[in-house]
Amino acid sequence: MAEMSAMNRKLIQNLAETLSKQVKHFNKTEAECLIRLFNGLLGDQSDRRVGNGLDRGKFRNILHNTFGMTDDMIMDRVFRAFDKDNDSYVSVKEWIEGLSIFLRGTLDEKIKYCFDVYDLNGDGYISREEMFHMLKNSLIRQPTEEDPDEGIKDLVEITLKKMDHDHDSRLSYADFEKAVRDENLLLEAFGTCLPDAKNLALELSLGHDAHVFLSWTRGRSPANEEDHKVELSRQLGEKLGLCILVSAPGGAKLGKLWVGR
Amino acid sequence: MGVALTRAAQWTTASSGTGKLEITPVNESLLKEILEFVEQFSSRHPQEAKHVFKEPLQWTTSLEASDFKTEYDISGPTVKSHETDKDGHPMLQLTPPSISVHSFSQLSKIVQLATDKRLKEVRACLEANRDPVAKMLGPSFATVEGEDSSVLRLLEKVKEGDQAKETEIKVKLIILLQQLDTQLLSNSLKLISQEVRLSPAAVKNDVELLKSFCSEGEKRVLTSVQYTSDYEFTNGCRTPPWRQVHGEICYLVIKPCDTQPLHITCSTAGVFLNGGIRQEGEENSYDRTSDVYKDLVTLLKSKSPHFAENINKQDFAVQEELPTQKVQHVELVDAEEQGQPQRSYEHQEKNVHEKARQQLVQNKPGGKKKLEPSLKWKNLGLASPYDEADDKKSKKNAVSERFAETQEKMQKKADFSVSSLPGRQSSDKTKTPGGVGGADDFSESSSESEEDEEQSERRTESNTDLPSEYWQIQKLVKYLKGGNQTATVIALCSMRDFNLAQETCQLAIRDVGGLEVLINLLDTEEIKCKIGSLKILKEISRNSQIRRAIADLGGLQTMVKILDSPDKDLKYLAAETIANVAKFRRARRTVRQHGGIKRLVELLDCVPDSAALTEEQEKDVEVARCGALALWSCSKSTRNKEAIRKAGGIPLLARLLKSPHENMLIPVVGTLQECASERSYRIAIQTEGMIEDLVKNLNCDNHELQMHCASAIFKCAEDKRTRDLVRQCEGLQPLVTLLSQADNKQLLAATTGAIWKCSISMENVAKFQDYKALETLVGLLTDQPEEVLVNVVGALGEGAQKPANRATIRKCGGIQPLVNLLTGTNQALLVNVTKAVGACATELENMTIIDRLDGVRLLWSLLKNQNPDVQASAAWAICPCIENAKDSGEMVRSFVGGLELIVNLLKSTNKEVLASVCAAIAKIAKDEENLAVITDHGVVPMLAKLTNTTDDKLRRHLAEAIARCCMWGSNRVLFGEAGAVAPLVRYLKSKDSSVHQATAQALFQLSKDPNNCITMHDNGVVKLLLGMMGSTDEVLQEAAAGCVANIRRLALANEKARYG
Repeated sequence: MAEMSAMNRKLIQNLAETLSKQVKHFNKTEAECLIRLFNGLLGDQSDRRVGNGLDRGKFRNILHNTFGMTDDMIMDRVFRAFDKDNDSYVSVKEWIEGLSIFLRGTLDEKIKYCFDVYDLNGDGYISREEMFHMLKNSLIRQPTEEDPDEGIKDLVEITLKKMDHDHDSRLSYADFEKAVRDENLLLEAFGTCLPDAKNLALELSLGHDAHVFLSWTRGRSPANEEDHKVELSRQLGEKLGLCILVSAPGGAKLGKLWVGR
Repeated sequence: MGVALTRAAQWTTASSGTGKLEITPVNESLLKEILEFVEQFSSRHPQEAKHVFKEPLQWTTSLEASDFKTEYDISGPTVKSHETDKDGHPMLQLTPPSISVHSFSQLSKIVQLATDKRLKEVRACLEANRDPVAKMLGPSFATVEGEDSSVLRLLEKVKEGDQAKETEIKVKLIILLQQLDTQLLSNSLKLISQEVRLSPAAVKNDVELLKSFCSEGEKRVLTSVQYTSDYEFTNGCRTPPWRQVHGEICYLVIKPCDTQPLHITCSTAGVFLNGGIRQEGEENSYDRTSDVYKDLVTLLKSKSPHFAENINKQDFAVQEELPTQKVQHVELVDAEEQGQPQRSYEHQEKNVHEKARQQLVQNKPGGKKKLEPSLKWKNLGLASPYDEADDKKSKKNAVSERFAETQEKMQKKADFSVSSLPGRQSSDKTKTPGGVGGADDFSESSSESEEDEEQSERRTESNTDLPSEYWQIQKLVKYLKGGNQTATVIALCSMRDFNLAQETCQLAIRDVGGLEVLINLLDTEEIKCKIGSLKILKEISRNSQIRRAIADLGGLQTMVKILDSPDKDLKYLAAETIANVAKFRRARRTVRQHGGIKRLVELLDCVPDSAALTEEQEKDVEVARCGALALWSCSKSTRNKEAIRKAGGIPLLARLLKSPHENMLIPVVGTLQECASERSYRIAIQTEGMIEDLVKNLNCDNHELQMHCASAIFKCAEDKRTRDLVRQCEGLQPLVTLLSQADNKQLLAATTGAIWKCSISMENVAKFQDYKALETLVGLLTDQPEEVLVNVVGALGEGAQKPANRATIRKCGGIQPLVNLLTGTNQALLVNVTKAVGACATELENMTIIDRLDGVRLLWSLLKNQNPDVQASAAWAICPCIENAKDSGEMVRSFVGGLELIVNLLKSTNKEVLASVCAAIAKIAKDEENLAVITDHGVVPMLAKLTNTTDDKLRRHLAEAIARCCMWGSNRVLFGEAGAVAPLVRYLKSKDSSVHQATAQALFQLSKDPNNCITMHDNGVVKLLLGMMGSTDEVLQEAAAGCVANIRRLALANEKARYG
C-alpha cells in the first residue's frame, strides 16, 4: 500500500509538473492538489476503470454544491465547455485546464469560455432562439399576463440592441467580445456560468467531511499572491485528508506530501 | 322677449304653434322673469301700459269669472273690463275657457288676480302666443333671426309725424320689451352654462363602464346594457340624424337586476327615460318621461335601488375630484410591486397615447366629465383579481394613498416636456369593443370623437406628453424588480444606455420607482447587480432632486457599508456616488453619522507610484481618487472637517498631494482648500509641507487645479509663516502669472485672493513690486465680479502701504476706479476700498485726484453704513484725506450734517470704530472753526466718557483727539470736570509708546488748567512724566516737559500766593 502510495505520489507529481506547465494559472503545487481532488472525486465512482474522468452527473454536482449553480442547462453547457474532446467525461487534463479558466481566467479567456457556454448549438453565433432559451426563466412569471413570454422576448430584444453591433439579429463572437469589453457586467449576460466573486475563497464541499478551499480571485489578495495560493493549496490538501507541507515559493525547501488515504 | 323665447326657452317639439314649454329650470326662471316684468309694468310705465295691442293676446285660461272683481263687467261666465279702447271694445274679454287681452295694464291685472295660478297663466299665454311682440305691435315686429330693423322702421314713422303720440309710446314699449329680452337671454345663458352637457365620448365611456358591471357574477349590478342601434355616426352619435338635431346622442336599454328594463335617451342636455324606443321611427316614444339626470349613473342610481346600493360599495373614489389617468398608471405600478401586474406591459404601452390624451381632456377647463375618471377607477378595482382577495378596508387605504401620491406626481410630471411619441394611434384600435374587462376598459375609454380631433391637434402644438424614454425606463424597472440576476444585469446595462445626464431620464427613474429598486439592489449579495446599480446611481445623482431621494431612501447608509467591500470596483463606485449625493447638508451629516468619513479616509490609503502602474494599482488609485472626491463633498460641513482630521486624513491627503495625476489632485486640493477654513488644517498644511506642493501645482495647466491651489493659499496665507513659505517656495510669481487668466473668474478670484493675503507681508509686497503685480491688478478694477474686486482692491490696499506702489497705482489710473467703487454696496468690498483709498490718500498727488472725484464726500457718506467694519475703515481713510486735502477745513464744513454724523459715531460700541473716529476727530479739530462746531455737538463729554478704556489703539487716538479738542474755549476745563484727566494719567503706564506720546500731549494741553494740574498731581503724574522726559522721542519729551512745567508753575504760583 505504501508502495502504491509512493508510486501514486510520484505519478501525481509528474502529472502536476506537466500540467502546470501547460496551464497558465496554476503552479505545480496547486495542480497537484487539484489532481488529488480529481482523484478523490473519481474514487467515489463505482467503476474507476470504465470512466476516463468525471461524468456529467458528478461534474454537475460539483457545480451545484460548490458554485451554487442552479440552471440545469447552463450546468450542462459548462460541462460541455470543460469536456473539450466531447467524450462525455472530464479528464484530469480537461479538469485542470477548465478550472484554470473557470477560477482564474483572464477577461479574454473568460469571454471565450462564456461565449462557448452560451452558443448552445456550437454554430459560432448566439441566436435569438438561444437567448430566449437561456433567459426564459429569468423573469418572474405573472399569471395575469396575456403572453407570459412577452417580457422574455423583450429582454432578448434589449440584449440584441445592446450587443448586436453588426445588426444581423444574432451575436457573433466579435459582437459578444466588444460588448463585454465595453461593459464587463455583460460577461455573464445569459446566465451565471462562472464562480461568484463575493468571497476570496469558497469552501468546496465534497460531502463526507471533505472540504476544499479554492481561490479564483487572482490578484484580489492584498498580501503576497504566491503565499496566498500556497496557503489555499495547503488548506485544500488538509481538507482532502492529504497532508501537504510546502515551502515558501521559490522552492528553497520542498515539503513532504502525505497521502492520508 | 321674442328672441329669448325662441332661442332660450325649451319647447317640447320643434314645430311652432302647438308646442308646449317644458318644465325645466331654464323655462321656469324665464317665466318668473316675464311674470315680474308684467306685474310691475302698469305701475312703472302707466302710459305704455295703456297702449292697445294690435291684436289681442288670446289663450285658454283657467281663470273664472269669480276671480274678477271690480272694474269688470261680470255676466255669468263671461267677463268684460270697464276699460275700453277708442272704439269701445273692452280691453279684456273672458269667455271661458278663452281669454283675450288688449293691453299691458290688463295683463298686469290678470297676473295680480291670478295669484297662485299666475305662473300657469303666463305659461299658457306664451304657449298660445309664440311671438307676443308681433301681436302687441303688429306683424312688422315679428321676431326675425338676424338684423332687427323694427325700431328703425318705427323711427321713420316718428319722422313722418302722424300719430306722433302713439308712435312714441310704441317706441318706448318696444324698447322696454327688448330690454326684457336681453335680460332674459343673459339670465338663461347663465343657467345654461351651469348645465351638464354630455358629449358622445363621455356617454360612450359611461356605457363601456356600465357594460363591465354586467359581466361579474355575484357583484353584478346590472343585467345588461345595450344600444338600440349598432351604427355609430362619425360624430359618435347613434341616433337618427333628425333626432341628433335635438342633441340626442344615443338610446339605451338597460336592464337592472331589480326593475323593468329602462329605456334611456342620452342627449347633450343629460339623460332621461323615454317612451320606449325599440326601433327607429316610432315617433311618440322619443318623448321624455322622467326628469333629466346629468349622467347615466345618477339616473340608474335613482331608478334602481340595487344599482345604487352596489355601486356605492365600490364608490370609494367617486367623491374625489378629478383624479387623472395617472392614477391608474400608479395603481398599476404598485400592483406590480406586489407581483401581480394586471396586464401585459406591452399592452399598457400601447395605451400610453390614449392615457396621455385623456389626461389632456380632463385637464381642460369645464369639468363636464368630472365623475368619469373616478368611475373608471371603480371599474379597475372591480376587475382586478387581487382586489377581490383583499379586504375592502385596506383597499380603501391603498387607494387614498395612491391618490395622494398621484397628486404629487402629477405636479412632478409637469416637468416632462418634449415627446417623441409616435403619431396618433391607429383608428381601428378605438373601434374594438371594450367590454372584456377592466383592463381593456380603461384603455379604450377614450373614443373617437370631436375631442379626439382636438386633442391630436393640440398634442402637436404643446408637447406636454411624457417622453418615450419614460415608458422604456418604466419597463426596465419592471424587469429589475421581477428578474433574476441575469435579467437584472441586462436591464441595468440597458438602462445605462439612456442619456442619464438628462433630467427627463433621471426623474423618470425616480418616478417609476426605480430608485427604490436600485438602492435595494445595493443590499443584495450580487456584486454585478451592485456594480450596475451604482453605475446608474452615480450618474443620476448629479440631479439635486435625485440626491435628496437617494438620501431619503437610505441609500447613503448602504453605500457607506459598501465602502468596506473587498471589491475595488464597488468601493470606488460607492465613493463616487457618495461624492455626488453628499452635496447637501443632511446627506453629509448622514455620511458622518454612519461612519462614512472614517471609511472614506481609509480609501485614501494607497501608494501613488509615479512609475507605470499595474492594473490593480490603477484601481487602487481610482479608489483613492473617488474617496477624495467624496471627502471633498463632505468637507463642506465643519464637523466633517473635524472628522476627517480625526480619522487621520491630513497626512494621507498630504501624501496624495504628491500624486502626478491631475484628476487625483483636484479632489485632494479641493478638500484641502475647503478644510483650510479651519485653523487646525492651516497649521497642518503649513507644517506638513503642503505649501510647496500647492505652489508646485500652481504651475500646472489645469485651471481647476490652479484655482483650488490658489484658493488654499488664499485661506492659509492669513498666517505669516505661510506667507513666508509661499515666498520661499517661489509661489508669488506663478500667482502673478495667473492674473492673466482674466476670463476664468473663479480662478481669478482665487488668485487675487492669494495675492491679497500674501501682500500682508511687506517682503511679499516687494516681490510683487518686482513682478509688476500692481499694474495688472489696477487693470482688474473694472468689469469684474465682486468676489474678484474684493480681492483685487484688498491686494491694492495692502500694496499701497508702500509709497512707491501708491505712485504706481496713480500712474496706472487706479485712483478713479477705486473712488468709483466707493459707491458700491458689498460690505467686504467697501472695507477694502476704503482702506485702499485711505492708503492712497497719504500721497499728496493722489489726494488731489481723490478730492477732484469728490472721494472724501463718498467716504464720509460711508460713515452712515450699518456695518461697523465699513464705518471704521471709512473713518480711517478720512484721516489722511483731511490731512492732505487743500482747504480741508472748508471741505469738511461743506458736508451738510457731516460733523454731527462723525461725532455721533462716538456712541458706537465697536472699539475699532471708536479709535478710527477719534483719529478722524483729531484731524478735524485742527481746523478751529470745525473744532467749534464739534464742540457744539458735544464732543467733549463724549470723548471724556471713553477715557476709561484699556484698548491701547483707542487710547492713543482718544488722547490725540482730546489734545486737539483742548484748543477751543473752555474745553480743557470741561474735560477736567468730565473726569477725563485721571484716566489719562494711567495711560502713561501703558506699554505702547505711541500711547505715551499722544497722552503726554493731551496732558500738556490739559495742564493749562490749574484744576487739571491738581488732579494730575494727585494721580502721580509727575513721576511718570519725569520718566517720559528721558525718552528719545522728542515730541514726547517736549510734551512731558511742558506738562511738568505747567504743574511746577502752578505750584510756584501757589507758594507765592501762600507765602507772599
